[in-house]
Amino acid sequence: MAASAKPARTGFLSKDYFERMTWVDWVLNALRVLILALVIIGATNTLLSGKYTLAQWVSLIMSGLAQGSIYALIALGYTLVYGILLMINFAHGEVYMAGAFTAYFIADWTAKSGLLASAPVIAVLIWVIVAALVSMGVAVLLERVAYRPLRGAPRLVPLITAIGASFFLQYTFRGLYGTGFKSYPAVPIIQGSVAIGGFNILIAQLVVFFSALVLMLALYWLIERTKMGKAMRAVSEDKEVSRLMGIDIDRVIVFTFLLGGALAGAAGVINGLYRPQGVNFFMGFFPGIKAFTAAVLGGIGSVPGAMLGGIFLGIIESVGPSLILDGLGINSANQLKDVIAFTMLVFVLIFRPQGILGERLKEKKA
Amino acid sequence: MKRSKLLLVLTAILVLALSACAAPVAPAGDAGSSDTGSEAAAGGGDATCDDAIGCIEIAPGDPLKVGGMLTISGATAYLGEDSRGGIEIAVNERGQIDGHDITVQIEDSLCSAEGGQTAAQKLAADPTVVGIIGTNCSSSGAAALPIVSSAGMLMISSSNTSPVLTSADTEAGGIWQPGYYRTAHNDLFQGRVAAEFVFNELGATTLATIHDGSPYAESLAAVAADVFTELGGEVTYQGAVNVGDTDMRPILTEVSSNPPDVLYFPFFEPESDFMAAQAKEITGLENTILMSADGSLVDSFPENAGEAAVGMYLSGPYLNPENTAYADFLAKWDEEIGGVPPSGFHAHAYDATNMLLDAVQAVAQESSDGTLLIGRQALRDALTATKDYPGLTGTLSCNETGDCATGEALGIYEVTQAEVDGNWPPPVVYTP
Repeated sequence: MAASAKPARTGFLSKDYFERMTWVDWVLNALRVLILALVIIGATNTLLSGKYTLAQWVSLIMSGLAQGSIYALIALGYTLVYGILLMINFAHGEVYMAGAFTAYFIADWTAKSGLLASAPVIAVLIWVIVAALVSMGVAVLLERVAYRPLRGAPRLVPLITAIGASFFLQYTFRGLYGTGFKSYPAVPIIQGSVAIGGFNILIAQLVVFFSALVLMLALYWLIERTKMGKAMRAVSEDKEVSRLMGIDIDRVIVFTFLLGGALAGAAGVINGLYRPQGVNFFMGFFPGIKAFTAAVLGGIGSVPGAMLGGIFLGIIESVGPSLILDGLGINSANQLKDVIAFTMLVFVLIFRPQGILGERLKEKKA
Repeated sequence: MKRSKLLLVLTAILVLALSACAAPVAPAGDAGSSDTGSEAAAGGGDATCDDAIGCIEIAPGDPLKVGGMLTISGATAYLGEDSRGGIEIAVNERGQIDGHDITVQIEDSLCSAEGGQTAAQKLAADPTVVGIIGTNCSSSGAAALPIVSSAGMLMISSSNTSPVLTSADTEAGGIWQPGYYRTAHNDLFQGRVAAEFVFNELGATTLATIHDGSPYAESLAAVAADVFTELGGEVTYQGAVNVGDTDMRPILTEVSSNPPDVLYFPFFEPESDFMAAQAKEITGLENTILMSADGSLVDSFPENAGEAAVGMYLSGPYLNPENTAYADFLAKWDEEIGGVPPSGFHAHAYDATNMLLDAVQAVAQESSDGTLLIGRQALRDALTATKDYPGLTGTLSCNETGDCATGEALGIYEVTQAEVDGNWPPPVVYTP
């Protein structure tokens, strides 16, 4: 880092801060102040106008939390692979689609055979297992066929390959399952809402949030407490030294793809519980982009960062348009939810270029 | 050794390809030169091309070609399938024109500007195409139109409904160009019918509209809102989502801050599935009546949206099944294609194809050697002059800017439990 080479006090408090500012710093600072001011003005206006009740804010936040949990589960796949291989697996959205789309057919079968009605928990577990297995299979195949042969290549090459693989997977599944939109069957036990603290909260949202939480805790445990997790952390720290220490790098990489795939498959079914409609070969594209954004927002390569980034992005998307844009007097604010989300991305990155929980030491490896 | 073999094979392929091309290329070159008005191109027959923008020339024994720009892939592929069936049935019925077979070539125009452009370029480069049926989506139609028009060709859309396409008033956003026709109703009709139904029949006094940013949905939502206000109702909310959005709860929460009697969201699947399914979960919207338009008038919509779709209204093209011509058409569909048409614009495509073939038949001149000459401007003029044409979708009369439908073939459908369980189409509850 250039900054760290300079004398210790380089922050805002140092005496010569203003003297050393270049025009880039001025522009950046102006941008920070502008965005912050817009956010504060918009939010104050909306809150003062009293257009939304507290119950509506709670439902917006819950909907963001549920959406964010799904983003987070997919984002973990990006961040795990980046942590180990320093590459962006742009086909990860399609890994998610593969599991979700295949599990739809199992779900349809369980609904028609009556298993879903008689034993809903078992039926949903079957969906999750099928989705996770398919996604894991696709992820490992992707690694073996598309990425491993290019491991020594310049970093742009696997990136382009990933985009190609993404199209390949989309159209393969289109060929396999057709172009129409499918819907998961409704799971009766998670319909309706419960009253918590006087607010009506959809049961499906709670199910999404808590099942995602359980999966994320399991992942955290796996990485922090198991031997394989330790090996993963070692490989992400330094591949060459890990190899010298007797770690089988290929195995660790395959395991990473398996993990990412399993989480993506599970996310596909969880998404299907929450929003049964829209199962299609193209369903992985937007969640993939959003999850990638979430991973960058949280600090790519960092596992807690991906979780936090996903949930942050989900909530901003859901609450942002009503809270900020509405107050600024912008019509059809919801159409601009992506603008809000990406403005927040810029906002976070101009304060913390490495992401919310990103580590600075990554630069050494890059 | 190996390399020389490869070279040999390559050369052989090249030679084969060239010789295969040679035959059909020759008349294409002639047709190109006749565009400039050269009379020699007619080949010494009794008929000569004196058309202002050139002629289509079909060599003796060659088939003439009907082009199609439809959405064959992607989310709205059902619209393409629907139109394609209508085109094929009309072409099969016709059989031949002046001894020439008729072939159909469909290009994928997707549901986007890029798709429309690509499809139009492909068809415009083909000198044997007599006319194009399409596009399905207004966004691809807007992109295809300049290419089709400047190539001297014409397009008849079976499902473009955006008002700008047939408006020549460029200051008001009109983008009409010569050569554009449609048998689909203009959204100015559909939006009005929807608003009148909501205000007069449902007795609603408040309306909220949401569009998805596409020209189709945006104009439909705007027209409905305007007419509703004109009639004396109050529009409580006008918003938009994006194509690709899956979580509609935030915008629905926004709508629920002032719950309307009716929520109108005239866009496509899957966004409309999400909107319908999630609307009923929002506190405050339990009694709001949901309504969408022909973009979601498709058999999979009630199945995907589920129970939430029961009691919902869909505006769209309506054909009286007691109309015997239409019943015959459906029987033919079942026989040639199988099942029932997946959406509501098949009859429009059928009418469009018939109008085109009629015009071709009226304009075509046969020279003594059997070459068929079809004047491009004459063909356009013949279509523009269409008056009281008895089509499946009612009486068609084209105006100067290509609007041929008169808006009579519209209705409001009500989705019931039977449609959720797989019945299609839903019952019609209102016609203007």
